Amino acid sequence: MRLVNLIPVGTKIDFMRFRQLAAVLSLALCIGSIGLFMFKGLNYGIDFEGGILIEIRTSQAADMAALRRTVNGLELGQVELQEFGRATDVLIRVERQPGDAKAQNVAVEKVKMALGSSVSFRRTEFVGPKVSSELVEAGVTAVLLALGAMLLYIWFRFEWQFGVGALIALAHDVIMTIGIFSLLGLEFNLSTVAAILTIAGYSINDTVVVYDRVRENLRKFKAMPLTDIINLSLNDTLSRTLLTSITTLIALLILFFFGGEVIKGFSFGMIWGVLVGTYSSIFIATPLLIYMNLRRSIFDDEDEAEGSPA
Amino acid sequence: MVNIPRWKKILVLVLGVLGLAFSAPNLISRDTLKFFPDWLPHKHMNLGLDLRGGAHLLIEARLEVAIKEGLDNLLFSARSALRTRPSINYRNLRVVPNGIALTILKADELSKARSRLRELGQGMGLEANEMNLTLSFTPELLRDRKTAALTQAMEVVRRRIDGSGLVEASVQRQGEDRILVQVPGIGDTTSLKDTLGKTAKMTFHLMDPDYRTFDPRQRTRPGVMVLPSIDNEKDSQGQPIYYLVKKRVEVSGENLVDSQPTVDQNNRPVVSFRFDPVGARRFGNVTRRNVKKPFAIVLDKKVISAPVIQEPILGGSGQISGNFTTQSANDLALLLRSGALPVPLTIIEERTVGPGLGADSIQAGKIASMFALIAVIVFMWMAYGSFGLMANVALALNLVLLAAALSVLQATLTLPGIAGIVLTIGMAVDANVLVFERIREEQRAGRTPISAVDAGYKRAFSTIIDANLTTFIAALLLYMFGSGPVRGFAITLAIGLMTSMFSAIMVTRIMVVTWLLKKRPQTLPL
Repeated sequence: MRLVNLIPVGTKIDFMRFRQLAAVLSLALCIGSIGLFMFKGLNYGIDFEGGILIEIRTSQAADMAALRRTVNGLELGQVELQEFGRATDVLIRVERQPGDAKAQNVAVEKVKMALGSSVSFRRTEFVGPKVSSELVEAGVTAVLLALGAMLLYIWFRFEWQFGVGALIALAHDVIMTIGIFSLLGLEFNLSTVAAILTIAGYSINDTVVVYDRVRENLRKFKAMPLTDIINLSLNDTLSRTLLTSITTLIALLILFFFGGEVIKGFSFGMIWGVLVGTYSSIFIATPLLIYMNLRRSIFDDEDEAEGSPA
Repeated sequence: MVNIPRWKKILVLVLGVLGLAFSAPNLISRDTLKFFPDWLPHKHMNLGLDLRGGAHLLIEARLEVAIKEGLDNLLFSARSALRTRPSINYRNLRVVPNGIALTILKADELSKARSRLRELGQGMGLEANEMNLTLSFTPELLRDRKTAALTQAMEVVRRRIDGSGLVEASVQRQGEDRILVQVPGIGDTTSLKDTLGKTAKMTFHLMDPDYRTFDPRQRTRPGVMVLPSIDNEKDSQGQPIYYLVKKRVEVSGENLVDSQPTVDQNNRPVVSFRFDPVGARRFGNVTRRNVKKPFAIVLDKKVISAPVIQEPILGGSGQISGNFTTQSANDLALLLRSGALPVPLTIIEERTVGPGLGADSIQAGKIASMFALIAVIVFMWMAYGSFGLMANVALALNLVLLAAALSVLQATLTLPGIAGIVLTIGMAVDANVLVFERIREEQRAGRTPISAVDAGYKRAFSTIIDANLTTFIAALLLYMFGSGPVRGFAITLAIGLMTSMFSAIMVTRIMVVTWLLKKRPQTLPL
């Protein structure tokens, strides 16, 4: 026997009772996210905006005021300083310098010179204007292509309703992630794009598991109303959904707390994504099948051809 | 699904042993691995610069400068070709994009002009529009020239980096006009960037006779240029010193064959150089004709020094004495030895991680992976009991295989890559969870243990494939379109997905089935 009965078995939760509530909630949050994105914008990292990032370590607790004075004295435009993980570590962000890549380089050396040899440079990064615009392009391409490819796969494996449902759920997750990054002012960089794509992968993964079960139950219980089929399928897969989400969250939370300062934003994005992705598979992707009039007749003629359902 | 053919069991065993063998070197220090014979696995995972510490410099070569230079030369040759007797009358000879153009004045000279230009521009495109002729680079020619310039620039960069003692550095071509320089272990790139940024074109010039009384407000004679000194020398009044240097290049750095830092008789650092025979002859002639006159040694339009020629230098070698320190003499000798860059280079992206931060990241990654592994193992054991333990064995094997694959493929492990591993630890159990939940359900539906296990694996199989393939597609595209650290993440994620599917479908199944057939339990402990 299992030691602890961690996950409920044989639940009969009426998920579909909440579908309207969930739809309203998600719609509101998505609109909020889009609004935040449009009016507050994202805190783009140097990957996408260009500019300079220098991480230093001082021998004693950093005197932020003095450091700020020193760097501001160089007149390099907007400069941000923040403590990074511990009192001796400081992250310095300098906005993109007008002009070409050479100007960035000159500014980097100026900052290093001004800070002198009393600090150690843990990280020095600069991205010129040309590279940053290429990275934006590559990032957008990667996200769009990945979403498109995953969708094609679902479409190929299931009916079109499933594809559309998965797409909307996916868009929901991506929008919500962008929203939370905008709301909290978290840095949006290349790793964030990686996080978003992973979230998309995770969310699709979750959705596929539920959809698989919906398809199977549609074949098994031909007389059952679609709403009940969906409720049944969600309950059938609930323990799996919870278990996998929990183990993934455990791993990600540990990464967030112990993985070091550099990937904190990345881990946060993924944690958020797992939560939103799990929610959207249950409350967005699956109920959408009802609205799209998924007919069981679609499967009737397939039944003999496919043999044992998965 | 309950009958597993023997070859599958052997395959799993072989892969497991290979996985252990190829991941084991990561636990052994590199120094010890040196004593391993070649046939034993001896490769560590390849750590990215963000973990090892080091510099990543993306450099753009301004190749259009090489093209422009080629066109200027072409213009010059075209002028002399047309002026060769019997000369051809033309006007408006000029450089146009990717070529030169001119207008012939007399119609009967057109064909002669065409043949002379064609001879001049071997393989170039010659177009005629009435009396207007355009000689231009074909796209292939243009590409060849650019490739040649980039290759040459890379060669110079490589020589300069090697000369700086950075032996582990890699210099790669990236795209059409870029060079990627990666230098492990270096935390401060200030001097490296300085070395790479210099064109290092050295030229020797005679000086204007009035150089002593020059006032910067005065106009210069034709053929004379005003150059600053390389170390911004000041005179006694604190004014910067300028040199009046004749434009004509007497000898150029292209004719140098060697250059070394050394010391003069007063033990001051100087740079010695040696010319090839052509350079030596020219240098000999110039110095013989200009004894007791000053002579400027110019680097990238700045005067290094302007000594007075004491006697003819006929042996083809000499010394440059400026205000050198040992370091700057070393640097200059290296630059001269490595040759001049054919085109200007600009660093357009830098990512340098100091060794301290890299080590901290590795440490944090190790701790996070270990804690995550322990937490997931405990959780799975609590959730599934003995079945959970079997899934845990598969999870451990999964990590071993992942480490082995990374070591064998020599894929670069980056910090986001470590994040990918931690994520894999969390997600790898998914396939097992799918199967176990299914078996549990089948049992509740009244099946016997064996039949429940059989149906569980059968039914979960396509779900596992569907679910993992979608994530795999995302990882694949991340790898294809991502850059740098993102690719590192994609690699571990993709490999992790494959190993987790393998361990869930094959490894756990063998364990479950073996246990089932041995114990023949009445009910499954699920």
